[in-house]
Amino acid sequence: MPGNKTDAIDVRNAVKRYGDFTALKRISLTIKDNEFFTLLGPSGCGKTTLLRMIAGFEDVTEGEILLYGDEIESLPPHLRPVNTVFQNYALFPHMTILDNVAFGLEMRGKTKAAARKRAGEMLELVQLSQFAARKPSQLSGGQQQRVALARALAPQPKVLLLDEPLSALDLKLRKAMQLELKHLQRETGITFIFVTHDQEEALTMSDRIAVMSAGEMQQLGSPTEIYERPRNMFVADFIGETNLLEVSVDEVRNGRAVCHLGGGHALTCNSVDGIGEGAKVHMSVRPERLFMSDVPVETESLKGRVAENIFVGTDISTLVDLAEGPQFIVRTSNSDRGNKRIFEPGSEIFVNMELGAGRLLMD
Amino acid sequence: MAAGAASGGSARADTYKDARGWLLLPSWAVLGIFVLGPVCMMLIYSFLTKEFRGGVIWEFSLAAYDQFFFDRGLFGDEPPTIEWTYITIFWRSIWQAGAATLLSLVIGFPTAYFIATRPENVRPVWVFLITIPYWVNLLIRTVSMKFLLRDQGPLNDFLIGTGLIDSPIHIVNTNFAVQLGLFYSYLPFMVLPVYAAVERYNFSLSEAAADLYASKWTTLRRIVLPAVKPGVVAGCILVFVPSMGSFLAPDLLGGAKNFMIGSLIEEQFKGNAGNWPFGAAASMILLTMVLIILMFSARQQAKADKAGG
Amino acid sequence: MAHVNDNIKAYKGFRSITLLCLVVLYAPLVIVTIYSFNASQSITNWEGISLRWYAEVFTGPESEKFKVAAFNSFTIAIIAATASTAIATLAATAMVRGGNFKLRTVSFGLISLPLMVPEIVTAVATLIFFNAIGFTRGYMTILVAHIAFCIPFAYLPISARMQGIEDSFEQAAMDLYATRRQAFTKILMPLMAPGIISGFLLAFIVSLDDFIITNFVKGAGVETLPTAIFGSVKQGIKPNIMAISTMLLSISIVMVTISYFVSKSDNTK
Repeated sequence: MPGNKTDAIDVRNAVKRYGDFTALKRISLTIKDNEFFTLLGPSGCGKTTLLRMIAGFEDVTEGEILLYGDEIESLPPHLRPVNTVFQNYALFPHMTILDNVAFGLEMRGKTKAAARKRAGEMLELVQLSQFAARKPSQLSGGQQQRVALARALAPQPKVLLLDEPLSALDLKLRKAMQLELKHLQRETGITFIFVTHDQEEALTMSDRIAVMSAGEMQQLGSPTEIYERPRNMFVADFIGETNLLEVSVDEVRNGRAVCHLGGGHALTCNSVDGIGEGAKVHMSVRPERLFMSDVPVETESLKGRVAENIFVGTDISTLVDLAEGPQFIVRTSNSDRGNKRIFEPGSEIFVNMELGAGRLLMD
Repeated sequence: MAAGAASGGSARADTYKDARGWLLLPSWAVLGIFVLGPVCMMLIYSFLTKEFRGGVIWEFSLAAYDQFFFDRGLFGDEPPTIEWTYITIFWRSIWQAGAATLLSLVIGFPTAYFIATRPENVRPVWVFLITIPYWVNLLIRTVSMKFLLRDQGPLNDFLIGTGLIDSPIHIVNTNFAVQLGLFYSYLPFMVLPVYAAVERYNFSLSEAAADLYASKWTTLRRIVLPAVKPGVVAGCILVFVPSMGSFLAPDLLGGAKNFMIGSLIEEQFKGNAGNWPFGAAASMILLTMVLIILMFSARQQAKADKAGG
Repeated sequence: MAHVNDNIKAYKGFRSITLLCLVVLYAPLVIVTIYSFNASQSITNWEGISLRWYAEVFTGPESEKFKVAAFNSFTIAIIAATASTAIATLAATAMVRGGNFKLRTVSFGLISLPLMVPEIVTAVATLIFFNAIGFTRGYMTILVAHIAFCIPFAYLPISARMQGIEDSFEQAAMDLYATRRQAFTKILMPLMAPGIISGFLLAFIVSLDDFIITNFVKGAGVETLPTAIFGSVKQGIKPNIMAISTMLLSISIVMVTISYFVSKSDNTK
């Protein structure tokens, strides 16, 4: 089947095996042109392997990888018009910053002078012109990071691959770089494929996210979709904080399911296809979608007792024990303190949930 | 997250996977032809018949090994009895190498321990100081040792000068001189592995022992020594093995009475008087002993790795 | 009393033993160096400082013999070190950058074989080998033997260095359109330089210093410095030998010192 010329990357049935160990179990995904795409998952989920297969550092055991319609999986890395920002930056320690950035251009056949001129422009773009003559070891982590970025962007790759490039930076710098990366992607119009294990980072930066686990893709979608409508337990648990409850389904009607969760408590939530009456499944509800009151206010009100309040800066998390039922976490934003109440531990209260806030999950 | 974790079992870099045959070819060829090949050839020679002007006649014979172990009288027609001459020389070599190893351990262990407990930035300097002499020509070192220890040498001059002794101590041409020479030749081989082991040792274990009422020397014996044992074993082997087959120290410092394997072997290939198959057989016996020791140590090492990482 | 618990690590006497150890290691070398400047005809008496024995080395009756021996020693050391370093670099690339393969352990065993087999055994085996294939002993046999046994000495620092260089540098180069050959010459080799230099220097010293193997394979009439010195020493230690020894040990110490500082300079950080 010929590839689509407008899709940046098309991974088809890609499998990666190391001896008996299967690192990637038949992954297929399409990354659109000009997209900020993120591969998200915990250590060992196969996201870095997939990235390295696109870059050409790992052989593809089975399957195909297309770059703007051309098959590339059997090309060596130096013949693939994609560039990588490495996790440890991999700046050549024996070369100056300028020579590092000029390297790719020189290898593509530009003269030394032309390569250096363009490298100088790239350094200007990342605001490091004054460091051009220095060696990488003389730069801070954040500066090295920007050099790595300039070096990878200088040859104008069709796709830029970023392998956890922010993981070595401290929190503040990381936040600043997240925005800078996003802006850079908009400005250059180059497709970015970003690998991270940090879900917050992924949600902040990406147009779309592929959540991976154990060599398989769990869900592919926009940050909102992934957060609001996790497809399974893994995604719901991995992305953000959530209340995961074991429930049994009493009735399914019009895409809603009525379930009970032990201790006589029952509630209605969004169902998914393939779940019928009597099924024992999990339900997820985000803590910030819950609120407390001293009298039941919504259709979905559960009676409980406040166990503890935990102050976490912007929010307060409240642990609520349902009578003979599970424990809930309720998050109240401090900016909402005017219209939402915080109760002292021991208070008998109701936990309320708007219709549709809870979701049933496929395991 | 490390790339290695994601890529499962294959953490080893494999950029040159497809070219490794060609890359290894020169070393395989050179070492195969000029080291492994010769050792095999030596094995064959040890089963050939000697020629009287040096060299061999291509005829199978067990004479070399027979001569090594059995005495069949002057004309070879008496019933065989054990031939002690060569076994004694081997035994002396083992004994001398053992004594040199012990001396190296007694001096080398405290030295290695002391260096490993220096501040981190000066440790390499100490290690460097210990290893420099090793890189000086072994022959020159042995000659220097002989010069220093002679009856009229600087050491005896010094001792007589200070009035400690009246007449020179005879050191050269004694067993002790050979042991000292071997110690001097191979000391860094003891210090380096012990140093590496002590450097890895977690000193909070010593603190824990002290906290539990162990004296310092008890701590050394019961806690430190068992922990660094692999390093000590490695050091002992690295000193013992080359000492056993050494030639220069016994030849220059030991004299005729203190003949060791090295000299016995060397003699078989000198001029026309030698016996090549016998020299090859003696070399094979030495090599076999060394390989047994190395295999034993490799197994010990594997056991230690399994036990404690 | 104040320092009773100062250092749980320190043992009384260990410092003294270490110093004693250094004295034992250096005393013979220092003494020989001092006596090489002795003006006296006899090696026993001290009669003031003089360079006469150094002059004797270059102009005396044995000078021709030593000149030829020095020429042999140095040319063999340079060629053997160069060849073994090249071979060891290729081998290290396969061993460190060649992934996992079945013959890896065997290859490592083969490379370290000259370190495991006692030198006298290697010497005997090499002599027998050249004899068996009918090779006349001389300069070439010494050279070939030296190339072979210098390989592990060159290999160890080179492979250690390569293990210390992450392959992400080469991957970054190839990602930036360098071919594998370009990644090797432009990235890996410059980063490897300290390891290769120290491998070369160690191989050079080992070749220059070798006595036993050389003594077996040299054949009649061909001498290197160690075999020439050994021949002289057999008739008794003479002052000119001490002068040569001092020069030779200075060369060794200088080269090891260079090797030490080169390998310490870490250009990957």
